[in-house]
Amino acid sequence: MTTFIQTLIVGLRLGSMYALVALGYTMVYGIIRLLNFAHGDFIMVGGYAIIFSVPAVKAMGLPIWVAVFPAIIVCALVGMGTELVAYRPVRKNGTAMSALITAIAMSLFLENLAQAIPAIGPNPKVATQIFPSSGIKIGKVTLDSSTILTIIIGLAVMLGLYFFIQKTKIGRAMRCVSEDKEAATLMGINVNRTILITFGIGSGLAAVASLMYISAYPKVFTTLGVMLGLKAFVAAVLGGIGIIPGAMLGGIVIGLVESFTMSYISSSLSDAFVFLILIVVLLIKPAGLLGKNVGEKV
Amino acid sequence: MTEKERNETPVLETRGLGISFGGLQAVSDFDIKIYKGELIGLIGPNGAGKTTVFNMLTGVYKPTEGTVYLDGNALNGKKPYEFVSAGVARTFQNIRLFKDMSVIDNVKAACTKDITYNLFDATFQTKKYWEAEQAVEDRAHELLKIVNLDDKASWKASNLPYGAQRKLEIARALGTNMKILLLDEPAAGMNPTETDELLSCINTIREKFGIAILLIEHDMSLVMKVCERIKVIDYGQTIAYGLPEEIANDKRVIAAYLGT
Repeated sequence: MTTFIQTLIVGLRLGSMYALVALGYTMVYGIIRLLNFAHGDFIMVGGYAIIFSVPAVKAMGLPIWVAVFPAIIVCALVGMGTELVAYRPVRKNGTAMSALITAIAMSLFLENLAQAIPAIGPNPKVATQIFPSSGIKIGKVTLDSSTILTIIIGLAVMLGLYFFIQKTKIGRAMRCVSEDKEAATLMGINVNRTILITFGIGSGLAAVASLMYISAYPKVFTTLGVMLGLKAFVAAVLGGIGIIPGAMLGGIVIGLVESFTMSYISSSLSDAFVFLILIVVLLIKPAGLLGKNVGEKV
Repeated sequence: MTEKERNETPVLETRGLGISFGGLQAVSDFDIKIYKGELIGLIGPNGAGKTTVFNMLTGVYKPTEGTVYLDGNALNGKKPYEFVSAGVARTFQNIRLFKDMSVIDNVKAACTKDITYNLFDATFQTKKYWEAEQAVEDRAHELLKIVNLDDKASWKASNLPYGAQRKLEIARALGTNMKILLLDEPAAGMNPTETDELLSCINTIREKFGIAILLIEHDMSLVMKVCERIKVIDYGQTIAYGLPEEIANDKRVIAAYLGT
């Protein structure tokens, strides 16, 4: 029983992290039908931004996790920059395929650019501890503070985002643009600006995911986002790509599958099971868990 | 031309408006002046270029000749959303609601440009955010009342019956707080009862907002009943412009509709 609960909690922790990254994929896909493969690399950018901000945060006597705020800003700027420099021009003149290739190119570009910057370089950087190491014990289950905080932050961010999209003018504009760009622009919505904000928010979420990642695995390297991004992408597809609650659900499911495979079957099989689940779900529900099987509209 | 000259700037004016696609001249020399409070009809056989005119008046197509003026200001090179900011709103020939959104959110979406709070207010839910959202909520209900859809505010737009969807498109267009409303075949596919409701709805809008309206419509009885003046185009050319009774007896109009 203790193992079960412990596994469940670890799964929720992993799941919150995947969900935040999956949200970034799904928001961008929902609004411009683009699989932004560079999104995983935004996590890497966020990771380095946190590592480089930590000394300043320490010097100011603030708790270390505050370093996430500069990271959010850096990630949002990188995300918006990517949209402005790479995606928008291609969207204007190219096809969906050229946009997809551009996204893959952006991903490789960011990874290699990071390696080329002397302060980063090819060797992994070890991060300081983000959350205090204290923990609480309930019965036989031990919960360290980083696990609890990761889950709480994850839930809070997801709730906040859901509220933002449902109840604010920017969220409404995002939903309109995702449904019908031409009708949206004829209702006075600045479509390009809305897409830019979507990139900013999605990339900002990646920075929060970086914080969660570093608090669990305090090592940052330039290809950090590849596997993490891929699994989060699986989570987004599993939940129904383009659907915000789908990304949250998909992320949690992937986290739980990974954690339960690790403790009950084999830790080396956990990734295999993640992808197996994806294949099974897509065979039964091709549009994902929350997707409707009609056309490509979301 | 029977156009009465007024001593005011027209809300909408076009001079020599024309567009060609490749070698095909779709619309040429389209001139119109619409004053505040007027309701002008735009008719013509299928493929005459009516919707093309609407697309030029809303910035969707860039005219190859001529200029659109709103309150005397040229709108050359502006993007569609800037046309809306300037005060042009439209409905669509084929309904283009945001189907997966609620009825009221459709109207609220059209109010976006008039909501002033920023990303910071939205994130931290400042007082400004709550006040602005409350104001837009009230406004949206107000507009839904005009088209008798207030009781269905929380419905998903795609679940509304056809006639109601057309009326929601009008309410949504009103949300943009426009100076001129372009209605593209609002009565298309409606039964006589729905058309009558639409008519009273259009009258309410005119009384309440005093805006100018340009109406494309195939239902001749509707056009003859509501329009003050009618412009007829065929093959992209204006062939007649005048009062409804003049249009009904115009030889060229009859020829265009029935063939010579």
